[in-house]
Amino acid sequence: MKALSIRGLKKTYKGGHEALKGIDLDVEEGDFFALLGPNGAGKSTTIGIISSLVNKSSGTVNVFGYDLDTQLVDLKRQIGLVPQEFNFNQFETVQQIVVNQAGYYGVPRELAKQRAEKYLKQLSLWDKRDSPARMLSGGMKRRLMIARALLHEPKLLILDEPTAGVDIELRRSMWDYLETINKQGITIILTTHYLEEAETLCRNIGIIDHGTIIENTSIKRLLATLNMETFVFDLAVSEGQSSTANLTLESFTWRALDDHTIEVDVEKSQGLNRVFEQLSAQHVTVLSMRNKANRLEELFVNLVEKGRKPTAAEA
Amino acid sequence: MSSISFIALKTIWIKECTRFLRIWVQTLVPPAITMTLYFVIFGSIVGERIGDMGGRPYMEFIVPGLIMMSIITNSYSNVASSFFSAKFQRNIEEMLVAPVSPAVIIGGYVGGGLARALIVAIIVTCVSFLFVENVSIHHAGILVLTVILTSTLFSLGGLINAIHAKTFDDISIVPTFVLTPLTYLGGVFFSIQLLPGIWEQVAQANPVLYMVNAFRYGFLGVSDVNVGVALAVIIGFNLVLFTLAFTLLKRGAGIRS
Repeated sequence: MKALSIRGLKKTYKGGHEALKGIDLDVEEGDFFALLGPNGAGKSTTIGIISSLVNKSSGTVNVFGYDLDTQLVDLKRQIGLVPQEFNFNQFETVQQIVVNQAGYYGVPRELAKQRAEKYLKQLSLWDKRDSPARMLSGGMKRRLMIARALLHEPKLLILDEPTAGVDIELRRSMWDYLETINKQGITIILTTHYLEEAETLCRNIGIIDHGTIIENTSIKRLLATLNMETFVFDLAVSEGQSSTANLTLESFTWRALDDHTIEVDVEKSQGLNRVFEQLSAQHVTVLSMRNKANRLEELFVNLVEKGRKPTAAEA
Repeated sequence: MSSISFIALKTIWIKECTRFLRIWVQTLVPPAITMTLYFVIFGSIVGERIGDMGGRPYMEFIVPGLIMMSIITNSYSNVASSFFSAKFQRNIEEMLVAPVSPAVIIGGYVGGGLARALIVAIIVTCVSFLFVENVSIHHAGILVLTVILTSTLFSLGGLINAIHAKTFDDISIVPTFVLTPLTYLGGVFFSIQLLPGIWEQVAQANPVLYMVNAFRYGFLGVSDVNVGVALAVIIGFNLVLFTLAFTLLKRGAGIRS
């Protein structure tokens, strides 16, 4: 079953700005889906329409078979939303915020309190349950919004840049948590600017730019289209080699960053073995190696730039 | 009403009551102080020189009006400030993403305004005991009905104001330029029979006049207008404002882009 099915979705704001130009998008049940795009591409508008915070201009939205226009109440019950900005009452306590949210979905108060304990403990917020939300750190506020979105136990969780401004340790613990609940059956749609996050967590991806979906495929398939990657090598130069300047790497484009570091452009057809062979022949030991940029990031930039190249008529 | 809607309604109502009780120094204490000043100045000091009004000592005459004035201002400002704050902080989105109907949102907020108005009315009534020896109740049913209908009416007014408001200034414009003049000219401090000729008829176009007089009838058994007409006018305004608030929320005016 499809967790989300969007057809011909358009949104034109009052000032005439066309945020969505008729997008089609499908997300399968159980998927961990990344919706990527530059700022102002239409990600938040799409999420806003799905979660009924924004009125659409035309098109259809179905969530687990429920139609946005005719079965809104049932559709809303399927969705948990973690918005980009903190939008809870800063003066309410952590527990009040999550219990009230459950109440809006018709969860009886006693059951809501039990669930609040469960989710606040899972997200390490139970100790803060009686603290006003304004007293929490940024990371805690992010986790509070996740707990709040889960209290009515939705089947589809939508997270709009959930790890923005969160430190690495907390970000990774949030990734672990999201992976766990995804394995338990919750479909997740995630927007993020951290492409490493999308590559690590998500199986499928949609890239949106200027209100149009420019790619909608699996991350594996997308990465397979990457023809060239740039690798950075940290080298231990042996005696007789004064610096990386004396190195030669035939049929590769490469640059010396300093005496002990080089970066090499490797085409998919070339493979890395030939780089190692040539370095080894020159008595150079490779201490470590890494991708210069996130692979998805390279593809993302390529796709967005390609989509923005002026056509002959425009030029 | 389904049990899910009832739980949502109860949740909003509890949230609203918790809010104004949490900030009781800002919400419950000021009416007590303001009304004490009114009783001292207009009742004790000025009132003694005025003598009787509507066949009652002036102090007794103004008690119902002052209680009604508290009910009006508190029910209105409670909903206006709470709903606008929810819009401003964007926590209104908590309700908008949930399956909460416009009628339930209206019911929850109006219920909060009603609760605050009732508590303030009790506080002001207790204050009035300090200044008036015999506070009699002529018709308890009309008294309670008028309080509920008036609180509901001005809670709805506050909600509509907050839906349209874009800044905090916008929620103070109506109380300052509309509500206060209507309340002061609505017969709180005087009987409209004192107004000369045409002005008495003009005063009858003021909806607050009907609320103050229906309430005064419940307390003292005296009224400048027919009580049945007064209740009909208040119910009519309630229906109009509820329909307007429902339509605005359903359309997402001021809260959905």
